[in-house]
Amino acid sequence: MFGWPRVSPRVLPGFGLTLGLTLLYWSLMVFLPVIALLMRAAGIAWDQLLQTITEPRVLAALGLSFGGAALAAALDTVFGFMVAWVLVRYRFPGRRLLDALIDLPFAMPTAVSGIALTSLYAPSGWIGQWLVPLGIEVAYTRLGVVIALMFIGLPFVVRTLQPALEQLDPELEEAAVCLGAGRWATLWRVILPTLRPALLTGFSLAFSRAVGEYGTIVFISGNLPMKTEIAPLLIVVKLEQYDYAGAAAIAVVMLVAALLLLTLIHRWQTGYSFLRA
Amino acid sequence: MSIEVRHISKTFGRFRVLRDVSLRVETGELVALLGPSGSGKTTLLRIIAGLEQPDPGSGAILFHDEDVADQRVGDRAVGFVFQHYALFRHMTVFENIAFGLRVRPRRLRPSPVQIRQRVEWLLHLMQLDFLADRYPHQLSGGQRQRVALARALAIEPKVLLLDEPFGSLDAKVRQELRGWLRRLHDEIKLTSLFVTHDQEEALELADRIVVMNEGKIEQIGTPDEVFHSPKTEFVACFLGQVNRFSGRLERGKVHFATFEWLAPPEAQEISCLANIFVRPHDLQVLVEPNGQPTLAARIDHIHSAGPKVRLELTADNGQKLLAEITQDQYRTKQLSVGSRVFLNPQNIKVFPLPSQEGGKG
Amino acid sequence: MAASLRSNSRHHIRGHAPASDLTEPWPIRLALILGTILFLGLFLVLPLVAVFAQALAKGWEAYQSALCQPDTVSSIWLTLLTTAICVPIGTLFGLAAAWCLGKFDFPGRKLLLALLDLPLSVSPVVVGLMFVLVFGRHGWLGYWLESYGIKIIFAVPGVVLVTLFVTGPYVARELIPLMEAQGTEAEEAALVLGANGWQTFWRVTLPQVKWGLLYGIILCNARAMGEFGAVSVVSGHIRGKTNTMPLQVEILYNEYDFVGAFAVASLLAGLALITLVLKTILESKTAHQMALAQVSGPETTVAINSNGAT
Repeated sequence: MFGWPRVSPRVLPGFGLTLGLTLLYWSLMVFLPVIALLMRAAGIAWDQLLQTITEPRVLAALGLSFGGAALAAALDTVFGFMVAWVLVRYRFPGRRLLDALIDLPFAMPTAVSGIALTSLYAPSGWIGQWLVPLGIEVAYTRLGVVIALMFIGLPFVVRTLQPALEQLDPELEEAAVCLGAGRWATLWRVILPTLRPALLTGFSLAFSRAVGEYGTIVFISGNLPMKTEIAPLLIVVKLEQYDYAGAAAIAVVMLVAALLLLTLIHRWQTGYSFLRA
Repeated sequence: MSIEVRHISKTFGRFRVLRDVSLRVETGELVALLGPSGSGKTTLLRIIAGLEQPDPGSGAILFHDEDVADQRVGDRAVGFVFQHYALFRHMTVFENIAFGLRVRPRRLRPSPVQIRQRVEWLLHLMQLDFLADRYPHQLSGGQRQRVALARALAIEPKVLLLDEPFGSLDAKVRQELRGWLRRLHDEIKLTSLFVTHDQEEALELADRIVVMNEGKIEQIGTPDEVFHSPKTEFVACFLGQVNRFSGRLERGKVHFATFEWLAPPEAQEISCLANIFVRPHDLQVLVEPNGQPTLAARIDHIHSAGPKVRLELTADNGQKLLAEITQDQYRTKQLSVGSRVFLNPQNIKVFPLPSQEGGKG
Repeated sequence: MAASLRSNSRHHIRGHAPASDLTEPWPIRLALILGTILFLGLFLVLPLVAVFAQALAKGWEAYQSALCQPDTVSSIWLTLLTTAICVPIGTLFGLAAAWCLGKFDFPGRKLLLALLDLPLSVSPVVVGLMFVLVFGRHGWLGYWLESYGIKIIFAVPGVVLVTLFVTGPYVARELIPLMEAQGTEAEEAALVLGANGWQTFWRVTLPQVKWGLLYGIILCNARAMGEFGAVSVVSGHIRGKTNTMPLQVEILYNEYDFVGAFAVASLLAGLALITLVLKTILESKTAHQMALAQVSGPETTVAINSNGAT
């Protein structure tokens, strides 16, 4: 009971060495750059910071990054639930292949996904040529941004929901049926509420990934200021104009958002063990 | 080789797990550390092995009268059998047993042939010959237990420490292994200390029993001593069942329920409240009062399946009691649920209540 | 943990033929299955196919010559170099972090665990910016380093540094849950049997986590080769010098050299596919190790055997 997994087994050697190494690496590689950013932002006068952030162009970019990410994560949650449900509950040929493919957006370098999606949804692309006549333009519009964000966020939702669905005690549903609930009522009143933590975690992981996304988006968005420009891109633009203060101001907003999300996710975490980036 | 522990304390955070524990195990003895979970027995065992450090400045651990407190775990030459065996999952049974020999520094390491011989001898001793190439997850619980023991013995330990050796086995395997461990110990005569929360296991296996509670040793003694002459209320309650009465000690007498007994010799002079313990088998069950003071009671339940018959009773004063009689008595007395009987204690144990001392005496 | 649970319940589901009330009517099931196949096909498979199709749009020859352009070749070398530096360091750091965080308890452990994920939650562009602020010409150390002739930003060292940043956590985060689940009993047993620290690590700990370690390395490798945003900020896009493969993709694409861009992209997509295959294999192996860890003692062996084989 005592001394079981991690309670003071100081007889194991190597604690000091590995902790030291970890802290050293972490401070040099992570802490130092983060502090540099915070210091830089702290050097900006408060009203100037506020002014930078409330510039219409910056507001539009932040709005698109956060709003687009929220929309994409919500859509991911809906579609991801369907995919996870089908992969966990049903047996059909090709299921394992599909299951393996879920991680594709995660394994694929973002620039590759970016140009692939753009070429698909461009007016002459395989999908675009069917959509444009219907009046739906994807490439170089906000819709394109949302689709690209959905693409990169999907694995996070599916991979969080899958284990949760599998852990779902069959007795729960059996009990619901015995009590006279139909399939629909069981889904709404028993299954979904039980999965709420996993849905929340999946949503926030997808959201967190999408907010900061850059590579996939720059190609498909067309990067029109005020319309399809995302916040990370604006940071790059400001950097190219040597506007370090402006870049740092936007970056700080995004860093704080990331930290908040990180805290939330660690609190909600439902025990998924892989693919949490 | 003897083991001695002197004035050891251990604190985890704010939680005091061991409080000034002292203990000596003689060479060749098989001793049980018995207590409920949280009593500190496992921690004591781990401190002896060197897997846990006692609080700084709190005492000494001696093997064969030599202080080993500063020795590393690996240098103490203890055989340790973990509660969940801690077999190396990626090694075969053979490799598991050979591990301790293979990791020795080169100049102390036996030759491969010697290692093979020793492992094979141990496999044979443990009746595991046919399992040498299996992996731990392919074994039954009892087999894993024996592999763990063989692995611990491979390094020719000077003492053997076992943490709940039968804790995760089912009742039948447990019984078999118990007898087998006793025979093994009689054969190799290795100083051994094992932790258990199962009183039956301790009573059956051990030469001596150390009863622990809340980080303190309550009593050390042979199974006979701790069972028949418990020194504290805790020991009396923990080993076997008891009926407890509240009573008082007064002028060399003990008064409880309707009874009056002579006080035990050491309590002649005291006058105070006391707890009186009567084991179920010490409660004589009579169908008719026999002229002596008795306690009238009604039978609530009869458990007659087993070597003895256990009766659950409610005394006239409302107290719930347990009695144990032989099958013979049960048949001749023709008892049934609802019968009215008369109880007479044959043997009592008196524990004066210190806090009340002098208050009402 | 998740993966092991998955294989458990698979058995469960197969075992109990679901009663009609416990599943959906077959038209709905069929619709959901077809919907999922269609969705994943359009959404995941098509982009992958598009990469290869575009790369080969002008034939095999054009594809080959696109890959032989000097700038492209040098971008491949730079990516390989970056990966060759970052993966070993990430592995070493991951092992160290997993050892102290997975096997020990100490004040501040929870915080450290949470902070470990930081590099993966921050936008890659912000990561790049942070390094510019430290090492850039106007940064903290940039001026000082430059006086010694050391250039980090808009040079190869910068590319390597940001890649180290974003790949740092992968190995650690795969190993920590595994090491946690396995506890310290096996290590304690090894120590009691006389093994020293290194022997314990090499002979007991490492073999028990090897699949998880490999899994982490694969993920670390994929990210190291594919990182775009952070590298893009610090590299300066100097052709033939500081361009990695993903950056080369961008440049060629922006110059309307689609065959060239997609040719390089196809190499990266191929890497992604290999990663997926290895990941699928390793996932079941780590699930097996995890499952073994969870039943170290008691007699629940048979189930594990069948699960591990999936």
